Amino acid sequence: MKSIVPILTVVAAIVVIWYGAAVWMNSQWALDQAGRAEVELSFGELVTDTLSQERPRLPAPHQVVAELWDSTVGKSITSKRSLVFHGWITLSATLLGFAFGTGMGILLAVGIVHSRAMDMGVMPWAIASQTIPILAIAPMIIVVLSSLGVTGIIPKAIISAYLSFFPVVVGMVKGLRSPAHMDLDLMHTYSASRNQTFWKLRMPASMPYLFASLKVGIAAALVGTIVGELPTGAIRGLGARMLSGSYYGQTVQIWSALIAAAILAALLVGIIGIIQRNTLKRMGMAQ
Amino acid sequence: MSWGWLIFALAFWAGAYALNVWLANSRYSDTRAVRLGVPVIFGITILVVWQGLVRGLNVPMVILPAPTDIWLRIIASVPTLWEDFVQTFVKGALTGYVIGCSAAVITAILIDRSKFLQRGLLPVGNFIAALPIVGTAPILVMWFGFDWQSKAAVVVVMVFFPMLVNTVEGLAASTRMQQDLMATYSASYPQTLRKLRLPAAMPFIFNGLKITTTLALIGAIVAEFFGSPIKGMGFRISTEVGRLRLDMVWAEIAVAALAGSAFYGAVALIEKGVTFWHPSQRG
Repeated sequence: MKSIVPILTVVAAIVVIWYGAAVWMNSQWALDQAGRAEVELSFGELVTDTLSQERPRLPAPHQVVAELWDSTVGKSITSKRSLVFHGWITLSATLLGFAFGTGMGILLAVGIVHSRAMDMGVMPWAIASQTIPILAIAPMIIVVLSSLGVTGIIPKAIISAYLSFFPVVVGMVKGLRSPAHMDLDLMHTYSASRNQTFWKLRMPASMPYLFASLKVGIAAALVGTIVGELPTGAIRGLGARMLSGSYYGQTVQIWSALIAAAILAALLVGIIGIIQRNTLKRMGMAQ
Repeated sequence: MSWGWLIFALAFWAGAYALNVWLANSRYSDTRAVRLGVPVIFGITILVVWQGLVRGLNVPMVILPAPTDIWLRIIASVPTLWEDFVQTFVKGALTGYVIGCSAAVITAILIDRSKFLQRGLLPVGNFIAALPIVGTAPILVMWFGFDWQSKAAVVVVMVFFPMLVNTVEGLAASTRMQQDLMATYSASYPQTLRKLRLPAAMPFIFNGLKITTTLALIGAIVAEFFGSPIKGMGFRISTEVGRLRLDMVWAEIAVAALAGSAFYGAVALIEKGVTFWHPSQRG
């Protein structure tokens, strides 16, 4: 816990820099307004003005916090202006896609570990696919599926499934291969069947690897869902909030959607971290 | 529906699969040719089955173009593709990548002497690295304008923190014993840094450089969805999707995939030259 003080110091420094930048970036507009009204601004007035503009270039932290509070607690959650509403839209698509992508990834990994032909044929492509900007196909998936009549949660979930799929495959293959030769030999002397070796040795041994790639996968799935919400005409979801904010110059709205997405990502990764710690502890693998 | 194409695709798939199984279990399975050949056969199979299904089921162009359609489109629009590539990759992604990575390495060296800053910055950096940073794109586009500068800015933000975390980890990689040796040589701090700790950090630094190649390209492309001049890969993808010219979209995606793999490969090649001493490179 000795890191708490340094972390708080860094966070405090970021907030201070943020305030400074807000004053500096918004001062141009404030000075223009004052010049047009032919009034001279004192330094104090300039600072108060830059920190309370309607559409600042960079909103001050307290403006973003106020907007966040207003649009989560202040609105009923069924309202179109509630961030909880938009966050839930994004979260549900993310979770659906993540569950699907992870399931497929684990299945493919099992196939790869048990079939040499699949290992040699598929694995290089799974690794190479990580160097490809997969996110670029998100708009196409959305449009093509909507022309087929599939809209709503499914297209976004497909994108996030696709993004969480490859990290899980690569991590899980590594995990299922992680038992040492000695352990495998021991299973052999027990005359364990392939099935038994899989469930009693390979599967438990792969857990640390699985959780590491689940963390990567869920972060990627969230990004995928947010990007998937961009081309749909900006109706619902956190990505849509950002896009409509950028259309109408509502910077405070963009920032609050961004912070909401960040909190969501941190929560998701944190939840997986907690599950990981408990699972590994119960399995006796805690570091 | 034409059964010829479908049967051909199915037969090709079965044949290729049988060939791969035979190759993988044959006694040549460890030779270089087979190691290279099996994934190539798998890739070709996917293309042939794709072509066969699209032609056989008469899938319309607006849903999924056949590989040959995409190839014809690539051939026909090389100048456009090249212009987009320069705008997005060279100007946006590469500039941002170089600025972001060097800024991260310099920051890591600057905070290297302060344990306090490291303890504070590392968790914050790790946290930010997991966030959906792509979301800053609309803000940065608003600040830096529609041209490539805003895309480079998004890329800088995206690559900075993963790179910082990796470099700090790398600078801690040299052992106590090695540092003691430098101390007995009475080496100064800059000398230790240059002759021991930076070289020892190289595997970590290159790990970061490799991870961030993909991030750079993704950042540059996605930032263009939020506004760009009338060129660039992200711009082309989003507008051609709107016009339902999917063969052009796939052509752009092919270029992006190629650029991403080549970028990664180039960094991996440099890594091979720089960290030739590392066990993972000596095979």
